[in-house]
Amino acid sequence: MSNIPAELKYVESHEWLRKEEDGTITVGITDFAQAALGDVVFVELPEVGAEVEADEDIAVVESVKAASDIYAPIAGKIVAVNEELVDAPEKTNEDPYGDAWFFRMEPASADDYDSLMTADEYAAKCD
Amino acid sequence: MGKQTPLYQQHLDANGKIVDFGGWDMPIHYGSQLQEHNVVREDAGMFDVSHMTIVDITGPEALAYLQKILANDVSKLGFTGKALYTGMLNEEGGVIDDLIVYKMEGWYRTVVNCGTREKDLAWMNKQIESFDATLTERPELAMVAVQGPNAIEKVKQVRTEQAALISELKVFQGLPVGEWFYARTGYTGEDGLEIIVPAAEVAEFWDALIAAGVAPTGLGARDTLRLEAGMNLYGNDMDDSISPLQAGMGWTIAWEPADRDFIGRKALEAQKAAGIPSKLVGIVLETRGVMRSHQKVVVDLGEGVQGEGEITSGTFSPTLQHSIAMARVPYDTGSECNIEMRGKLIPARVVKMPFVRNGKKVFE
Repeated sequence: MSNIPAELKYVESHEWLRKEEDGTITVGITDFAQAALGDVVFVELPEVGAEVEADEDIAVVESVKAASDIYAPIAGKIVAVNEELVDAPEKTNEDPYGDAWFFRMEPASADDYDSLMTADEYAAKCD
Repeated sequence: MGKQTPLYQQHLDANGKIVDFGGWDMPIHYGSQLQEHNVVREDAGMFDVSHMTIVDITGPEALAYLQKILANDVSKLGFTGKALYTGMLNEEGGVIDDLIVYKMEGWYRTVVNCGTREKDLAWMNKQIESFDATLTERPELAMVAVQGPNAIEKVKQVRTEQAALISELKVFQGLPVGEWFYARTGYTGEDGLEIIVPAAEVAEFWDALIAAGVAPTGLGARDTLRLEAGMNLYGNDMDDSISPLQAGMGWTIAWEPADRDFIGRKALEAQKAAGIPSKLVGIVLETRGVMRSHQKVVVDLGEGVQGEGEITSGTFSPTLQHSIAMARVPYDTGSECNIEMRGKLIPARVVKMPFVRNGKKVFE
């Protein structure tokens, strides 16, 4: 069984989102996604400052098995990326909801976050 | 559900992630493919290879039969236990399969791939009709590969009564003990043994190896280990339409004696005379990204002429920490190439394989 924290939001492309106190949104990939990928060996992150559309491919995670695109879960601006993950991509497998966050966004619309899947809804997708 | 080896329960007990592999339910990894890879390079790991097909050849014309169907010459095997790697070719010189032949007491044992079992057996059965020899598949035998710098020591701890015999084995030699068979062969580029065991005894043997500190290792690590070692995978790096001359297997063709008329010989001679169209090379990509099979390789053949090839096997090398691949490229390819990855051409280097041997980088 994969770990799906109740306090996060999710999208179908197996990314999780967390709303921070300052209103920014932190994004990473789920435990289900890291297990399906296998050992992650490279991570490519978006540029800080980039304006992105929802569902735009903006990052890449490459495992021993395959390369996968990471999509912007909502529209907005990239305000931070996790540079440490580039040097230690294995954290994606070890701590997908903690150390292995990918990027932080300023959402174009604050409402977008609320309409995303809850943990229960995402869990149903992973069955 | 696919076929299961006698070690299936052991794989579940060790948290193996089971996938379909040529119709068999096999462990791809037991948690981390990278860790399993490193254990084999640094200590000792073991693979269940019971899905591989063991075929014994007996009878007065067993040798003549194998000299007909194999590109390498089995008469080179000077004593019981000696092993030989060879291709089995079709009339067009394409590789039907690659296999190991062991010389036994008056008979021969071959180990062929599981994915090619049916076509191999059909071909071998058809060719044996004109020989006084018999083909017997041995599904009641299991097989475990124990590989790594400490592999042989750990097997000796578990099979103490055979320790002296195991110590005497030189590389590419095997010896039978009853129904057991110990061979100093493998598919990882490390020292180690491949051990054929009666199916009824293999679970106990596996458990004893775990107790001796040998780590269960899945097919995922088996693939990265063999690729680092520059060893071909049938179906990826060669197949029925590719000759051994195009697959880095020229050394497995025994041209002498010139009157040994093995199947495929005429086609290989014709290919050599006409010019070999392509070759299998090693490629390293020292920047970010992982080469994958079927990606296009673009090469400069000089005077403005570009040629194209294809990655046959590609992966991330855990030992080297960058991507490595095998590719089939035009015969005149030099030392540089570009790989088409995700819509971009990425520069890479052509190198002599293997990439890794006994835990160390070997290419320049």
